[in-house]
Parts: sequence; structure tokens; C-alpha cells
Amino acid sequence: MKTLKIEDLSKNFGSTEVLRKINLEIDEGNFLVLLGPSGCGKSTLLNIIAGLETINEGDVFIDDYNVSKVEPKDRNIAMVFQSYALYPSMNVRENMIFGLKQAKTSKEKIEQQLEKVSKFLQVDQLLERKPSQLSGGQRQRVAIGRALVREPRIFLFDEPLSNLDAKLRVEMRREIKKLHQQLKTTVVYVTHDQTEAMSLGTRIAIMNHGVIQQNDTPEMIYNKPSNTFVADFIGSPSMNLIKGNLKETSGEILFTASGSNFEIPIKDYEFKDKSNLNNKEVFFGLRPEHIFFKKSNDNDFEITLRADLSEYIGHEQIMTFDYANQEILAKFPSTIKIELAKETKLYFDLTQISLFNAQTQERI
Amino acid sequence: MFKWLEKNLPKIVMAPAVGLIGWFVYGFVLWTLYISFTNSKILPKYELWGFGQYEKLWASRKWLISVDNLLVFTALFLIFCIVIGIILAIFLDQKIRAEGVLRTIYLYPMALSFIVTGTAWKWILNPTLGIQKMFIDWGFENFTFDWLVNREMAIYTIVIAGVWQSAGFVMALFLAGLRSVEDEIVKAAKIDGAGLFTVYWRILLPMMRPVFFTSFVILVHISIKSYDLIVALTQGGPGISTTMPALFMTQAAFHKSQVGLSAASAMMMFMAVAAVIIPYLYSELRRENAR
Amino acid sequence: MQDNIQSSSYKQLEQKSKYTNMFLRWFLYFVLILFASYFIFPLYVMVVTSLKTMEEIRQGTLLSWPSGLNFDSWAVAWGGRGYGAGDTFLKPYFWNSIKMVVPAVFFSTLIGAMTGYVLTKWRFKGDSWVFLFLLFGCFIPFQAILLPMARTLGALGISNSIVGLVLVHTVYGIPFTTLFFRNYYVSVPTELVKAARIDGAGFFKIFFKILLPISAPIIVVTVIWQFTQIWNDFLFGSTFSFGEAAPIQVALNNMVLSSTSVKEYNVDMASAIIAGIPTLIVYVLAGKYFIRGLTSGAVKG
Repeated sequence: MKTLKIEDLSKNFGSTEVLRKINLEIDEGNFLVLLGPSGCGKSTLLNIIAGLETINEGDVFIDDYNVSKVEPKDRNIAMVFQSYALYPSMNVRENMIFGLKQAKTSKEKIEQQLEKVSKFLQVDQLLERKPSQLSGGQRQRVAIGRALVREPRIFLFDEPLSNLDAKLRVEMRREIKKLHQQLKTTVVYVTHDQTEAMSLGTRIAIMNHGVIQQNDTPEMIYNKPSNTFVADFIGSPSMNLIKGNLKETSGEILFTASGSNFEIPIKDYEFKDKSNLNNKEVFFGLRPEHIFFKKSNDNDFEITLRADLSEYIGHEQIMTFDYANQEILAKFPSTIKIELAKETKLYFDLTQISLFNAQTQERI
Repeated sequence: MFKWLEKNLPKIVMAPAVGLIGWFVYGFVLWTLYISFTNSKILPKYELWGFGQYEKLWASRKWLISVDNLLVFTALFLIFCIVIGIILAIFLDQKIRAEGVLRTIYLYPMALSFIVTGTAWKWILNPTLGIQKMFIDWGFENFTFDWLVNREMAIYTIVIAGVWQSAGFVMALFLAGLRSVEDEIVKAAKIDGAGLFTVYWRILLPMMRPVFFTSFVILVHISIKSYDLIVALTQGGPGISTTMPALFMTQAAFHKSQVGLSAASAMMMFMAVAAVIIPYLYSELRRENAR
Repeated sequence: MQDNIQSSSYKQLEQKSKYTNMFLRWFLYFVLILFASYFIFPLYVMVVTSLKTMEEIRQGTLLSWPSGLNFDSWAVAWGGRGYGAGDTFLKPYFWNSIKMVVPAVFFSTLIGAMTGYVLTKWRFKGDSWVFLFLLFGCFIPFQAILLPMARTLGALGISNSIVGLVLVHTVYGIPFTTLFFRNYYVSVPTELVKAARIDGAGFFKIFFKILLPISAPIIVVTVIWQFTQIWNDFLFGSTFSFGEAAPIQVALNNMVLSSTSVKEYNVDMASAIIAGIPTLIVYVLAGKYFIRGLTSGAVKG
């Protein structure tokens, strides 16, 4: 039984297609992140799971029950909002038990839940305060507490960290991760921040233009992106994508960047489809962190490129090299000094490459 | 010379407003205050007479009726305007199809003068040809609706006309207030299982406290100043049963040649308004400065 | 809390919400339309009555439709009967109001704009006190100034004149117009003014070249507000003028109150409509600015 299942879901607003035939499944205890740029449809999808938006086509199942037409309050879900949406005229206690009271829960059960959750989130000293008297972090914890007391099947988070300043954001991110580890709840979490997604999620569904681009574990998404959009969206800086052609000769596959003479041998790469590789136009993908200034293992491909730019970040530096008039970025420790406008020996870790069809943008 | 002009230009430009208000508002009010302490009859006299006018005022039956009418009118006016205003605002907040049209209908009375309003309602409430006749012709043979000429009931006709004019305004305020609430709060309430009624009663309306406050102050203010409507609808009658302080003041000054008495009544009105407005302005400005 | 809800009760939940929703929707519209009738009723009655003959009025009821579109009472309301003495009709007083309203709106708006400008963009110590000082003028009951104003107008030789009324309305409009402009200019970023000063622009240049061009919305709101207030005024009109210099609301009231022989309700209604049309038209055309003025002025105190 899947905790959440979404089948062929489509949604339009007027003539704009916001979600196109979405299919999704989550097992219990998973932390699914819906990741994507603004306008990709992730918030709409979340609202549909919650029951706050109507569906045009398709179904939503919670614990195998079709909840597509069921009211939010009957779906056994709880939601944490970007602005926390705490009720301003009520104090923390009333905010947290509001849902339980609406469900006509017994007084004893309410008190029990309240005590348990408020102690757990360390807001038990704040129960009599009003939201306006709380700090941003405290408000967030109360919002999470409001969701927790109802012991829902699925927790929904709608960009809860976007309103916080950078430092607080990192802190709260860790708290959410700790919470999930302890409680092992099922979570659907929306964000546009890929670092947040990678650190929090057990699975990530990257979306763009209403379509799920890839639904996988963070490791797979990082190492084996299924198209150039995912490759580019994840990672900071994002994956280098070099345009060029594949050549197949006598069992060997070689990559040549457009305008370059170097031939890079492609060995041990899991092709989806090994036919028609000769002269195929491709993007050669390699992450900046997989380019080295020193040979680390035998499979590394040696290449000499000219360094054009260096950006110092503190513990590392990002260097821009020229590869046949295309830019390629590499990440090195900042202790390494590389001269600009000079040719340097670099080493590509070929076990980490990705190849994409230049026309379809899909992974080959 | 020009340097001085340049530097003080802002203050100079502001001077007309400040000067005019200083003279025509503050100066005049002080003058009226002064006169209220004199025994002026047709023309102002300037020897002080102590509180004589105020004693006369509060001993005057007509004045007491005015004050009583004002209290009754204000209470009913407030209650009906706010209740109707809230109901209309909440209902209109429900994504109604003809919202624009309905809003226009509820608010247009505010565009009319009190004289026009009074004239129209005077006709509608006409004891023989108005509502009474309408119901009688419809078959309710013993129906009477002569409130307009009934000493006990006439004051309520003023409430009917006043509420008709001003309820839409309260609605506009509350609608604006409701709309300014971010919809994440309503979403959270829906997920918490609150029904529509609960959402409004326990969450949204409590958030409208400032709007309540503002409506209250403005409605009380309108009520204390009521003059035009009374003149058009009942002229303070029948007899003096619907007279109000504003009417008293005008009649004392211009018909009864009791300038001192009139000034005293004007100052009473002034103090009533101040009692409501000053706390309001104080809290508003404090709130703004706290931002 | 972790109850397994049966799929059948999910179905029940679906249906129940559908029916209650429909019922609520109908109830909603019913109540809204009920109130709409309460609000429309007087307007309908006014129009319909003004188009009937006195015979029809006596025979029918408030709601009954006129037999024909009889505009006679409108003509009488506007231009009178031509008897001469004792015959009040609206035409001259309508023009009086126009002559009074236009200058008063213009001057009060201008002064309000400049004062609002100074108070927000040329801050000085105590400027909130000045604002409060002016704001107070919005709230005073005018009864407190009627007597001294009457004397002053007399002393200036402009009592019972349109000029006098223009003065009165201009002065007592200033608090409101200042309030509107000040609240509007407060949200205009001061950086705009600072940048202009760095570019060398002076006081008036900044006002006319920078602030005024973006002031269209608030000018509309202020003009509409002032126009409505002044056109609809009765207190000042009736206290400071009588006879020929009276504005339209005073004339309307006189016409309706005059007890000459037979009451002509259709003429009364026609007169009321004529007196109310200008502000009504402004409201219908520019209603949202009207409302914006009401709500912003009120909510911001």
C-alpha cells in the first residue's frame, strides 16, 4: 500500500496547463521533495494533494483510498505554510489545538497531544503568547506543532523556509531533518532551493512546466540526471554541458567537443540505447567537482585547457576554463594557485560523466 | 534673502493650510467656547457669565430630548450599520458572480446628499400614500405605518434612512479588511477542519478589530453631526420629538436668538466628538509610529 | 486519530458537502438580493414617482409602474411653471452649486497637495504634530464654528454669496485633502526626491515634475471626495446663504418643504433626482476611486 499515489493528474487554470499527467507514488516514512523553479506547478500539486485545489483529470489516493473529491479536513493531512498562517487573534495553545477541537477530539486527548508536541518542539513555555510575540523560528515551530498534534498520515510543507534569513534557514533545515528522523513521518515538501531539497529529501521529484523531470533519490539525481534541465538545476555551480559529437569506431566510442581535436574515450558508461551512436550530437556532462588538477586515479582523462577566470569563495575557488570556445567550470580548493591565461593540465573523472542527446535533452 | 526663502520655502508653502486651519478651526472653536460662557442673545456679548448657559442648556427640555434622541439614534444606527455591513461584506467575500454590481448597489446611497435621502424616504414613509398604502392595496387592510408622524416612532424612521445611507460604507470597510487577509490563513483553517461559519466567526472577524474600531468612530461621528437628514425627513418633528443637538444649535442661534445658548450646545457636541476621536487618533498615530 | 476511514464514508462526505454547498449558495444569493432590494427601492420609487401624474400617484402604490413616461414634473422641477413669485425651481441653484463647487474643489485640492508634499518630503521636527493639528479639522462638528463664521463672512462682506461659500468649503476641505495627499505621498519613496535634489531640482520643480505626474490616482480620489462633499452640503449652504445665492441642496429642501396648496410629490421626486444626479454619475463612472477614498481615508485615520 502506498501512502500517497497520484495517477495521471492534470490541472489547468483557464487555458494554461499547470500540471500535465503527473504520476507519483510514495511509501510510508519517505520525505519527498517537490523541487523546481517558480511556475513549475509544485505548489499547485501540493495544494491538490491537500484538497485545496480542484482536479481537472486524474486521481489522488491516500492509503489507497481515492480522496480526489474529499475535503481537506477528512484527508488526514496537515500543512505548514510559507508564512506559517498562524491565527493572529489566538495564542499558541489555541492555534495548536484548533484542528483537534474542530474534529471534536476529547479534552483529555487534546491536552495529551498538546503536552507531548509542545514539549517535543520546545514551545511549551510559549503557549500563552500570541503569534505576534514570537520570533520567526518560534513561529515556525508552532506551525509545525499545529500540524504534528493532529498525527496526520502525510505532512505537507509549502516552502516553509523561504521567509527566513540565510542563517536561520540552515538551522531550521536541520531541525526539520532531525524531526523527520525521529518521527519517521511521510512528508511532501515543496521548495525551489536545490540545496534544501538534496539535504532533506529521501526522494526528489524535480518539476518543470508541469511535468516531473525526474523522480529519484538525491544520489541518483546528482549522479545520473535524466535530462539537461535536471543536470543544470542541481549543483552549485551546475553541471558543465559541453556540446559535441560521438564517434563509434570498431567498438570504441569517442567524444569530441565541437571545435576541438581532443577525443575523449567513453568506457564503462551505461548507455540506455547503444544503437545509432555514431555522429550523434550530444552534450557531454561533467560536474565542476569532478575536474581535478592532479591525477587521482588511472581512468582520469588528461586534458590541457586555458584558465580564464577565478572566483574565490572562501574554502574553495571556482575556475573557468576555455574548452574549444565553450566555458567549463571546475571547483578546486582555494589553496591551489593556478595562473590565468595559461594552459593548465586538468583531469576529468570519466566515471562521473553524463551524456545527453543534444536534440531531446534526454540522457542517453 | 533668496537663500532664506529657499531654505524656508516648505514652511512658507505650508503656512496657508496651517494658518487657515489655525484660524478657522481652532480660533473659531475657541471663540465659540468663549461665547458659551457669556450671556449673548441676538448679538455676542463679551462679558463672561460663568456656566449660566450650560445650566440653561441642561435644564432645557428640548435639549434633553435632543440628547436622548441622539443616544437612541446612535445606538441603533451603530448596531444596524455594523451588523448589516458585516453580513454584506462576508457574503460578498464568497466569490459572487455579480459582486461588482451588488457592491455598487450597496454603496450608491453614500453618493447622495442627506437631503436627497431624506426627501426620498419622506415620500416612502408618507403616512397615507407611502408604504402604508402599498400594503393596504396588497390586501393587508389594517396595516398602518405612520411612524413618520408618530411622536414615539418618528426617531426610528431616521434610523431607517440613516442606515440605508451608511451601511454600505461599513460593508466597504469590512470587505477591504477581509480581503487584506492572506489566504494562507483560510487554507490553514480549512485543513484544520473549520467550516465556513467558524472561519469567519473565530478567525477572520477577530482579526477585524481595527476595522470595528474605525467603523465605530466614523459612525458615531456621523451620528453626532446629524443635521441635514433630520431637517429633510422630519424637521425635528412631529413637534420636537425627533430634535437632535445639531438642530437645537441652529435653531437656538438663528431662530431663537440665543447665541450664547447655541454656543454652549455646540461646545457640548464638540466635546462629545472629541471624547471619541481623541483616543482614536492617539492610538492610530502610536501604531503608525511604532512601525 | 489514525482511524481508517471507510471508502463508503468518504463517498458520504463527498455527497454531503455537495448538497450543503448548493443550499448555502442559494441562501447567499437570496440574502444579497433581499438587501439589494432594500437599497434599490428608494431609487426606484423616486424615478417611478417622478414619471407619474398626481392622479396616478393617488391611485396607485409606491411600486406601481407609471402609465407613460411623463417628464412634466421634471420640467417643473428644473424650470418652474413660469408664474414668477413664490415659484422655486432648481435651474439657478444648480448653477450656483457648480459655481461654488468648482473653485472650492480646485483650491482645497491644490492646498492639500502642496501641504501633503511638504509634510512627507520635507520633513522637519514636529511635522507629525502639524499633521495632527490639521487632521483634527476633519472631525470637528461644524456647529462649533457656525457662529463665528457667520460673523466673519458678514464682516468681509461676503455673507449670503457664492464667494463666501467657496471660502468656507475650501477651508474646511483642507484637512481632508491634506490627509489624502499626505497618506499617498508617504508611500512614494523619498529616494525619488533625493535623486532629484542631487540633480539640482528645487522645491517647486520636484513637485511639478516628479510628484504631480504620479499623483493621478490620488487627485481623482480627492476631487471626487471633495466634489461629493461640497455638492451634497446643506449645513453650510443653509446657514450662510438664503435666497438667490443658495446652493442646490438648500433649494431642494425649500422646494420640498414649501407648503403651497397641493403637495406635488412627483415634482419633489424629480427635484431630488436632479439634485442627486451629478454625484450619482460621478459615483457610477468612477466608483472605485470613490470607495478607495472612503476606505483609505478612514482606515488610515
